[in-house]
Amino acid sequence: MTSIEVWNASVDFPIFDAKSRSLKKKVLGKVGGKIGTDSKVPVIEALHDITVSVHAGDRVGLVGHNGAGKSTLLRLLSGIYEPTRGSAKIQGRVAPVFDLGVGMDQEISGYENIMIRGLYLGMTRKQMEKRVDDIADFTELGDYLSMPLRTYSTGMRVRLALGVVTSIDPEILLLDEGIGAVDSRFLNKARDRLVDLVRRSGLLVFASHQDDLLLELCTSAIWMDEGHMRMQGSLRDVLKAYKGKDPFQNISPETAARLGIERPVSVKGGE
Amino acid sequence: MHATSTVDAADESAATAKPTPDRRSWERAFADLRDGFTQRELWSHLGWQDIKQRYRRSVLGPLWITLSMGVTALGLGLLYSQLFDASIGTFLPYITTGFIVWQFMLGSLTEGTNTFIANEGLIKHLPAPLSVYVLRTLWRQTILFAHNMIIYFIVVTIFWGSLTKSGYVLTDAGIPQPGLGWSALLAIPGFAMLALNAGWVILLLGIVSTRFRDIPQVITSLINLMFFMTPIVWTTDILKSKFGESAGWRDLWVVELNPLYHFLQIVRAPLIGNEQSWHHWVIVAGIAVVGWSLALVVLRNYRSRVSYWV
Repeated sequence: MTSIEVWNASVDFPIFDAKSRSLKKKVLGKVGGKIGTDSKVPVIEALHDITVSVHAGDRVGLVGHNGAGKSTLLRLLSGIYEPTRGSAKIQGRVAPVFDLGVGMDQEISGYENIMIRGLYLGMTRKQMEKRVDDIADFTELGDYLSMPLRTYSTGMRVRLALGVVTSIDPEILLLDEGIGAVDSRFLNKARDRLVDLVRRSGLLVFASHQDDLLLELCTSAIWMDEGHMRMQGSLRDVLKAYKGKDPFQNISPETAARLGIERPVSVKGGE
Repeated sequence: MHATSTVDAADESAATAKPTPDRRSWERAFADLRDGFTQRELWSHLGWQDIKQRYRRSVLGPLWITLSMGVTALGLGLLYSQLFDASIGTFLPYITTGFIVWQFMLGSLTEGTNTFIANEGLIKHLPAPLSVYVLRTLWRQTILFAHNMIIYFIVVTIFWGSLTKSGYVLTDAGIPQPGLGWSALLAIPGFAMLALNAGWVILLLGIVSTRFRDIPQVITSLINLMFFMTPIVWTTDILKSKFGESAGWRDLWVVELNPLYHFLQIVRAPLIGNEQSWHHWVIVAGIAVVGWSLALVVLRNYRSRVSYWV
């Protein structure tokens, strides 16, 4: 059973400045007696008292300003950060896609990068070998795939990364924003694959500033503000409260049509 | 990754000031090690990748590892056999083998401290067990060791005659050595033991250095001294001859109290047909037990903190 449960979780980052990170203070401090009162390391409370419960089939969007804690929350949900207070329980294989570039090596060929990126995402070598052709097709990179990655343009890199990421079968898919920098024709193609991937995965949490992608991929949403959960509910309600206007007001007719055909926007309440 | 945890905190008591016990459980520490081992494809690939990366676009590639070891062994062997008036046929293999084993220990210590610091990007993007990074470092060192062993085999082939002669001495008035034979195979369990110990060293130093960034500096500043304190370019025979026949362990404290010496001996002695002593094995096994216990306690308590510290 795929699910993520988080109870009253907080994430505090200790900030070790040069002084408190070194042994010097610990050692010399003892000898010299209590001069400094800075025995405690200052912390940044990145997330405060988060309670979330996401189950198989849920498609949750994360919205909020920069620095509101969206990425940190995704890392909490993936198990990278274990809560400093409270607790979290993650069941299922997590595929975190926070940074398209992570694990990419400049000096090796596109093919090799496909393999490595797949291993990072929890696939085995055999599973990736089956997917290589499909990925090569999708990226349209052709012979470039045997060239080292450093010869690629930014857009080509994104194509490659998106190709790998959208080829896997995750149980829990955690997506962070930053899917851009490709031309519009490719974006349409990527969107289709992304929608397909989301459909395959058991559970999605997606942080984004792009309303149309959110509308396409998510059904419910969480609004993060300064490390707190400001609001949780259906995507439409949350976006309305966050933006101060109905998200369906100014989407292009073609997007509306696509959304309308593919999936009538459910106003089913989230968690 | 399966993050399994037992959570009984269903009651919504927000005031759980103390960290929940489940962050610091033996169960999760062992699960980390187990999951790390099962992701063999990932860490073995990463370990190889590190090596290939280092020699990318060079014509000889990883053969440079072998080549530079060869040059060093030749230089050190020629110099020190002259300085100590030792027969080059046995002293050069002695130095070469010692230096190869030393390189492995050196790498485990210095790169061990950087295990998690160097993998910061991955740790913050992937929920992988910590032991994956430990195994990556250990595997890289093992590959380097394997490359260096080529030099060992070349040297042994060249000096086969002098090494297999029973009763050879390394330096003047040294104890007669049994000579190379089938007992050389003991180097295999010897290296396994060395690698086992490198595992806890990398794990422990890695976690501690992530929190205290001075540790890598401490290690780097001491390691050069350790090289000269360990009998690699000199022999314990020289030390013994200073104290005469009655030399006990008290006179030999310089080597006997040096843990690196014991690790060195369990691999080097069989490889060049030197006299082997069971007491090295006992000490090394003891260090393995103590070290792993310590590393496991640290892993249990600070495993979940590493991603916050890097």
